[in-house]
Amino acid sequence: MNTVEILRFALRGLAANKMRSALTMLGILIGVAAVILLVAVGEGSSRQIQQNIQRLGANSLTITPSTMGGGGGPGFGAGRGFGGGGGGQAGRQNTGPRTQAKNLTVEDARALADPANAPSVKSVSPIVTAQSQTATYEGASHTISQLVGTYPSYFEASDKPVAKGAYFYNDDVLAARKVVVIGQTVAENLFGTVDPIGKRIAVSGVPFTVVGVLKEAGSSGFQDADDVAIAPLPAVQQSLTGFGPLGQILVQAKSAETVDAAQAEVTEVLNQRHGITGSASADYRILNSATLQETVSAAIGTFTVLLGAVAAISLLVGGIGITNIMLVTVTERTREIGIRKAIGAPKSAILGQFLAEATMLSLVGGLLGVLIAVIGAQFTIAGVKPVIVPTSIALALGVSVAIGLFFGSYPANRAAKLRPIEALRFE
Amino acid sequence: MRPGQPPVLALSHVTKVYGEGETAVHALRGVSLTVERGDYVAIMGASGSGKSTLMNIIGCLDVPSGGTYHLDGTDVGGLDERRLAIVRNRKLGFVFQSFNLIPRMSALANVELPLAYGGVKAAERRRRALAALDRVGLADRVHHQPNELSGGQQQRVAVARALVTAPTLLLADEPTGALDSKSSKDVMNIFDRLSASGRTLVLITHEEGVAAHAKRVVRLMDGQIVDDVRIAPVDGPPPLLAEVAS
Repeated sequence: MNTVEILRFALRGLAANKMRSALTMLGILIGVAAVILLVAVGEGSSRQIQQNIQRLGANSLTITPSTMGGGGGPGFGAGRGFGGGGGGQAGRQNTGPRTQAKNLTVEDARALADPANAPSVKSVSPIVTAQSQTATYEGASHTISQLVGTYPSYFEASDKPVAKGAYFYNDDVLAARKVVVIGQTVAENLFGTVDPIGKRIAVSGVPFTVVGVLKEAGSSGFQDADDVAIAPLPAVQQSLTGFGPLGQILVQAKSAETVDAAQAEVTEVLNQRHGITGSASADYRILNSATLQETVSAAIGTFTVLLGAVAAISLLVGGIGITNIMLVTVTERTREIGIRKAIGAPKSAILGQFLAEATMLSLVGGLLGVLIAVIGAQFTIAGVKPVIVPTSIALALGVSVAIGLFFGSYPANRAAKLRPIEALRFE
Repeated sequence: MRPGQPPVLALSHVTKVYGEGETAVHALRGVSLTVERGDYVAIMGASGSGKSTLMNIIGCLDVPSGGTYHLDGTDVGGLDERRLAIVRNRKLGFVFQSFNLIPRMSALANVELPLAYGGVKAAERRRRALAALDRVGLADRVHHQPNELSGGQQQRVAVARALVTAPTLLLADEPTGALDSKSSKDVMNIFDRLSASGRTLVLITHEEGVAAHAKRVVRLMDGQIVDDVRIAPVDGPPPLLAEVAS
């Protein structure tokens, strides 16, 4: 009685009840596919979010003004909130004990750029943003979702390399020249196949000369990262936004190690400049891309484990399905087992046959599950492109085989232990 | 008894009790029986006489409560489950009343099965199984499944399965019990020819017509042997086959 022989018997046993075998396999199939696919979705969303964070720039700190100081107690805030009246007024008062929230200014940026105050800071880029600006070029029109006015250091700090042409320079900023670096989407929509370098486009009626085209960044969920244009800060302020407060300040640290030090320095400088002491809450927020990445990774990791665990439960249920069906099979074939024993089948052969049947159910179900999961991963699920984790395939398959062996061993043992005389009498 | 050869079957004071105490049922009350090589024995008895119990014990499907049982010189009582499986595989061939073929397996696969459990290689297995099926006259039905065969054909497949391992003892439990008279004759003919070729056979039956084929008839009543008649010599041909020959 060799292994091939036992496998053949098992296959024959399964083929005898095709519908039942198929349904049992389906349980395992769904379990395995769910584990692999859900982990893949978790991994996919994790990568997507990490990419988005990376797009903020490496070793960078993003400082944004915060009108939600949160200094007031919850009761205070709620009470005012019910006051009705002008919503803007209530929002203003909600900022708590701070008498006046200061906006971010170019002076703030200059102070941060001073190496005496902030030795860990490599570059500081003040940013103003004009949303939805209509640009035209020889009849072609396109609405740029984000027009950024900033300094040349922004390109490096936010990790936006130029694919064609050049950046603008400090000279351009000082002279407030109307030059612009555009993203891929803007270039395609306005120029098509024409080389945009050196051409003049009109943004909300203001002429800008295109000096460069950004490298393609790809879309990130809701936003097309290539639908941008970047121009010198004063040029944008002059023509589009006015010389109001800054939208953001992007600070790049000297290295990954000094990001935290840079954050501390920036906090100190800004607290001093904005007159924030002790209990008062800051009127700005610092977004640290490294910390954010860690936090998000941890959160997504937990999320993925949770998804996997839920899927694992369905795998377990599939395993119980195997036990159930194998018990039925053993009962149904008691007489056959008796005959086999009467003509000299050793216990091991009977045990092997039923164990092989159970394992085959789970293995084939598992393999089909992997197949379905791999096919399913080609599609975008809930806005996420799943990324299959090879270990999850190995794990799910391994677990499904183990389930077959484990959940199959009880019925198989029962079959092997049957006494031939009783099994033969069974009707 | 031929010198140097142990009897195929040697039962000595075998008892079998089912249950315990007040409700105990004594199925066998001390049966002693010796069957020589080449003999053709019919064990007869009414239902409840204990003949099925005796058959199960002889077939190593059940163990006696008392007494000893030697099969081809081996004390079966002292064997563990693994060795018993080997004994059933190598020394015994079973033919049941209800055929007991495995459904959804071809006649050939059914006959090959004991050889598969005996560890015989596939090619050799096929050759021997085909030879056995040929002997029972079913060479043209090897790929049919049991439900595509008549009762008599199924029983002949069962006989082929029983003799394919060339067992020391061929054991048949009411082999004609579920067959019409024509099929019964076919099957008994096969038994007679097997006996003539020197096989040792033990039949259990309650039909006189079947018992008439045997060289020796043992009658069982209430778990005891009450009659043991030799009809033909051990070395000679079986009586009904001899008649046809003369």
